[in-house]
Amino acid sequence: MDFLNWLGAMPGAAAQGMIWGIMAIGVYITFKILELSDLTVDGSMVTGMATCAMLMAAGWNVWAAMLIAFIAGMAAGLVTGLFHTIMGIPAILSGILTQLILWSVNLKIMGKANQALPARSYDVLITQLRKYESLVYLFLICIVLIAVLYWFFGTRYGMSIRATGCNVKMSRAQGINTSSNKVVGLALSNGIVALAGALLAQYSGKADISDGRGAIVIGLAAVIIGEAIVSRMGQSFVIRLTGVLIGGVIYYIVYQTVIFLGLDTDLLKMLSAIVVAIFLAVPHLKKTYFSKPAVRNTKEAA
Amino acid sequence: MLEIKNVTKIFNAGTVNEKVALDDVSITLNDGDFVTVIGGNGAGKSTLLNSVAGTFPIDDGNIIIDGTDITKLPEYKRAQFIGRVFQDPMTGTAADMWIEENMAIAMRRGKSRGLSWAINDNDRKIYKELLKRLDLGLEDRLSTKVGLLSGGQRQAITLLMASMNHPKLLLLDEHTAALDPKTAAKVLSITSEIVSQEKLTTLMITHNMKDAITHGNRLIMMNNGKIILDISGEEKKKLTVENLLQAFTKISGDVFASDKALLS
Repeated sequence: MDFLNWLGAMPGAAAQGMIWGIMAIGVYITFKILELSDLTVDGSMVTGMATCAMLMAAGWNVWAAMLIAFIAGMAAGLVTGLFHTIMGIPAILSGILTQLILWSVNLKIMGKANQALPARSYDVLITQLRKYESLVYLFLICIVLIAVLYWFFGTRYGMSIRATGCNVKMSRAQGINTSSNKVVGLALSNGIVALAGALLAQYSGKADISDGRGAIVIGLAAVIIGEAIVSRMGQSFVIRLTGVLIGGVIYYIVYQTVIFLGLDTDLLKMLSAIVVAIFLAVPHLKKTYFSKPAVRNTKEAA
Repeated sequence: MLEIKNVTKIFNAGTVNEKVALDDVSITLNDGDFVTVIGGNGAGKSTLLNSVAGTFPIDDGNIIIDGTDITKLPEYKRAQFIGRVFQDPMTGTAADMWIEENMAIAMRRGKSRGLSWAINDNDRKIYKELLKRLDLGLEDRLSTKVGLLSGGQRQAITLLMASMNHPKLLLLDEHTAALDPKTAAKVLSITSEIVSQEKLTTLMITHNMKDAITHGNRLIMMNNGKIILDISGEEKKKLTVENLLQAFTKISGDVFASDKALLS
């Protein structure tokens, strides 16, 4: 009986997992491609939720609402990017500042701390009332997103963004405007995060000012899980992005299972953070305490 | 043509650590000049190159390439005129990216980077032709991550990348110093070949006096932020390490102090 209940919760967990997976793809762009730690996402996630919820409540079409949510997220990333590049504030602090700005902005967007978006009253794309249909839509959105990102990062411009994250000195010597590339990357990343927020607001039927708290940790968890899964399947960009998406799904299924097993939900955020901390520490711990003698030409150069 | 006019660079100005790295330096490089730069530790060689490349702003003077004053241009905009190879083999390439991706990035140096696909089959043909010139077998490894290559291989690729699109100036900052002697000799001979084939105006810092004498058509020696010796043409061909050292002692009233030069 319990197992059947658990099984019954899985489609919903998978749907929410995919939404967090999309959000994690946004995190991947800053954390892995640009090698920046961007904490804007806790705020831009809610910006996406709030924008989508308010526009739909005002009678907007769902696609238009999601587009505006995406653009609002990009604007948030733009602010972080300008803090970081033009004003020279460390990336992590820039993100925290924008996150705080967004708390006020999000409150102003909604006019209150939360906004309901009941699927019975509004023509939403995905909802927990129609889980399987929602899964199909989410699946299609993910495919389009990964395809677009694959194309973008394979263009001359996209490649220069990858180079910026990989080696700033080399990029400048090759005529790449590394500052503007960082801004564009941060904007794109937060646009995707806000898009995930817009989907989450539809799915859960509400937007709440505190829904984004700890989003970065979930995103990082998904990125880490994704890397672990696909690390043996080659280095192709599509595979890595798919891995991040699957990472989000796995994270959420584990999350639901833990709740199902009766764990005190107050402890969930702490446990998530500890798990992410451990995984982030692994490369360092390996190097410091378990390093083997160097073998020539097999290790990737730092 | 590169004109360096009265360039001064002071580090930590106004503190006890104040260091005049470049002291009113002026020099003009003619088209096709291959200039080798030698000098002791802290003589200002790297500062001179970095000032031209735009790594940091200079305190006084002007830098002009082919009539364009680039003194105020940011580093990335100067790259349209300048190709660079660094001392550290890790600096010149993106380790996590493939050989062909690195070359594709260099291919667009000084040009706009639009949203068209970065690499097509025709580009790959060009990259293979270029890599063949290195004779390191890299032409068959286009989709190898550069981070997996040796330091010498990476410097050779950086050299190719820096010489793409015929830059008006090639800056080499002790680009063989981090390599073992055999690899260093190989990379240096590739350098000479590319510079003479492409007729690139080149500024090469080296700590090896012999290399400085045997390569290039002109040699400058720096000390205390000044150019103290500028030898070219027939006179340079007759140079030996001994008379270089003597010249240094005579002009500067000091003993040539470079641990690297003395050890090599």
